[in-house]
Amino acid sequence: MAKLDLDPALVSRARELARRAGQPVVDLARSHTTVSVERAVLRLAGVTGADPDGIPWVNRLVDAVVDEIGLEHGVALPVFDALAREGLPATDLTLLAQKAAAGSVRFGVPTGKAATAARKVASKATAVGIRAVDRKRAERDRLIKRFGDPKQRPWIYLIVATGDIYEDIPQAQAAARAGADVIAVIRSTGQSLLDYVPEGPTREGFAGTYATQDNFRLMRAALDESSRELKRYVRLTNYASGLCMPEMATLAGLERLDMMLNDSMYGILFRDINPIRTFVDQRFSRQVHARAGIIINTGEDNYLTTADAVDEAHTVTVSQLLNEFFAHEAGLADWQLGLGHAFEINPEVPESFRLELAHALLARELFPDAPLKWMPPTKHMTGDVFRGNLLDGFFNLAGTMTGQGILLVGMMTEAVVTPWLSDRDIALQNVRYVLGAAGGLHEDFVPAPGGFIQQRANQVLGEAITLLEKIEGDTLLQAIADGTFGIMKRPPDRGKGLAGVAKHADDYFNPATDLLEAA
Amino acid sequence: MSIVRPYGDTTGDGMVQLSFTLPIPHDKRAEGAALQLAAKMGMDPAMLVHAKQMGDGFTFFVVYGRVTHLVDTDKVEVVERDFPLLSAKEVNALVKRRLRRKLSVVGACIGTDAHTVGIDAILNVKGIAGEKGLEYYRELKVTNLGAQVTVPELVAAAQRERADAVLVSQVVTQRDAHLHNTREMSAAFREALPADKRPLLVVGGPRFDESMAGELGVDRIFGRGTTPGEVASYLVHELVQS
Repeated sequence: MAKLDLDPALVSRARELARRAGQPVVDLARSHTTVSVERAVLRLAGVTGADPDGIPWVNRLVDAVVDEIGLEHGVALPVFDALAREGLPATDLTLLAQKAAAGSVRFGVPTGKAATAARKVASKATAVGIRAVDRKRAERDRLIKRFGDPKQRPWIYLIVATGDIYEDIPQAQAAARAGADVIAVIRSTGQSLLDYVPEGPTREGFAGTYATQDNFRLMRAALDESSRELKRYVRLTNYASGLCMPEMATLAGLERLDMMLNDSMYGILFRDINPIRTFVDQRFSRQVHARAGIIINTGEDNYLTTADAVDEAHTVTVSQLLNEFFAHEAGLADWQLGLGHAFEINPEVPESFRLELAHALLARELFPDAPLKWMPPTKHMTGDVFRGNLLDGFFNLAGTMTGQGILLVGMMTEAVVTPWLSDRDIALQNVRYVLGAAGGLHEDFVPAPGGFIQQRANQVLGEAITLLEKIEGDTLLQAIADGTFGIMKRPPDRGKGLAGVAKHADDYFNPATDLLEAA
Repeated sequence: MSIVRPYGDTTGDGMVQLSFTLPIPHDKRAEGAALQLAAKMGMDPAMLVHAKQMGDGFTFFVVYGRVTHLVDTDKVEVVERDFPLLSAKEVNALVKRRLRRKLSVVGACIGTDAHTVGIDAILNVKGIAGEKGLEYYRELKVTNLGAQVTVPELVAAAQRERADAVLVSQVVTQRDAHLHNTREMSAAFREALPADKRPLLVVGGPRFDESMAGELGVDRIFGRGTTPGEVASYLVHELVQS
């Protein structure tokens, strides 16, 4: 399969550098917790619902504990200790949250026998949640076996986003019928900056639909119906990004979502979320994804929307290598790594298509067992829908020639309108034509030895190694603070969500992490 | 000659192309319906060149045909923006050349309003509708204070950051909260700083009337659908070029 004549020693060197750059961040993540990690633990332990203002009980309970004794012990010990003192069974955790919100429960850090007892009940309660995630994974395996996977690779990935879950459902089912293998429901603008997960089925959003547990469940059920009808398992995607990554991952596991957007640095760079908050949340969310059998999609395509896709091509490779390291460390297998990249080179650049092929093939060869998520042109879509359709055709061709695993369908009306029914139909026709006419072309496509494509791929790998050496020398946190990725400077003591981060105390206890790491 | 017609392949042929979807299955009647729409839009004769059913109950049509309308270019009215729209590159270049330091922008949602959708769309790199936010501009120094910022906090932050401009977003309009908050904010800046030291005050939100700037004591109001590029262009126009 080696088509680029990459030097295996250089490839190993790149991976080793990514490991050395990433390890201090992993150590940081292992020694800190966040409010969202703790809320995810409570969700696994069975806390559900929200107060009359729509603030989830997990938020109220974590806030109550933090107000009294801080975050550094974790919430499991003080919560299950309080539960025992109130004489409530583990199934009444939500009731405890309601009492805590009313101010009628006191929290402390138990020691001795009380601590041992609290630990035991907490582990048992959390294990119930993790078993629910396991059951959903087994159910997915069963349904895939019954209905089958898509016949072709890449899988065809389509987006719906009306703001109203009840409008999204028929659109998603229509898209599946028209050939989509994966449906992504785009979130409402700004949800990533909410420090809580909204509740209930929702009918109003800004340029997207809120991610809630009920919306997850409704859409999954609708796509199960479609899977039965179409005799192929239609996958569902949402977003584990922003301030609630660990909770989103948990809800996705509980409601059998199949893929989640989950990048290690996107929130830091593009949403100004605190770097430490992001890395801690990311690690926990990836541990849950690993357990739930969810495929993650990373966000490298975003770099190319802000930076030049030729000059900065190596930053994509660097980010893919870091995402791979963090993912493996958290327990994800190669088949779960939908590493991202995109067709974003300015079409006016000479030989732009050959450059795209070189970059796409480089990702393919560096990560031979990862599905790879191939993202369509957006930056150079101008509103000229005819030219846009041609560009999307070349994007589809590059995708099939380089063996990409997941193809996000490009819309000729990108940057014009949210896709119309007819735009989606034309876009799918484009994909079907290219996959039908050239679906096996990757077998014949072998770049000339020493030619343009091989040279370019090797050059990008070389630049990636140079950048990784710099990052490893400076430390990753410092590199992010200095604006090494894109132009955004993100120091570790700034950014949103910092107040919800704490270093573990000696008696820190998190039953979910213990169970996830024991596996 | 101020009268023109669309051009297909011959001067004066009036030919246009049109595509649309009707929510009905594809049959003879659907094709007739498409031609009826084209005729009502002034296409005569209209040729249906493509019809394709999508899903259960929708059909996509492409129609070519001659329109009967004339266009008078002398009677075209163009609404001119009172500042030119600049690209990010042009904004950066102007700030660098004329201001010779970074232009400092402080943004916030004030009062009890927790909806940061607007201010984040304008400020975050992520931006809105494919346009990057002000953080993406190399020559702008952006401080985003987030939601539920009090007016005194905002004034203090503006002084600390030597703000050239203060951007405030207001989404909640219950009991005219957006108007009260804006008046309180502009009054606080008037009190705290002499006129020549005061930053440019800009508010935005979906329910503002753009003509109320004077009444609310601010320099500019931006309404629904404003993009980061428009805001950046306005800031440069007011602070760098004038």
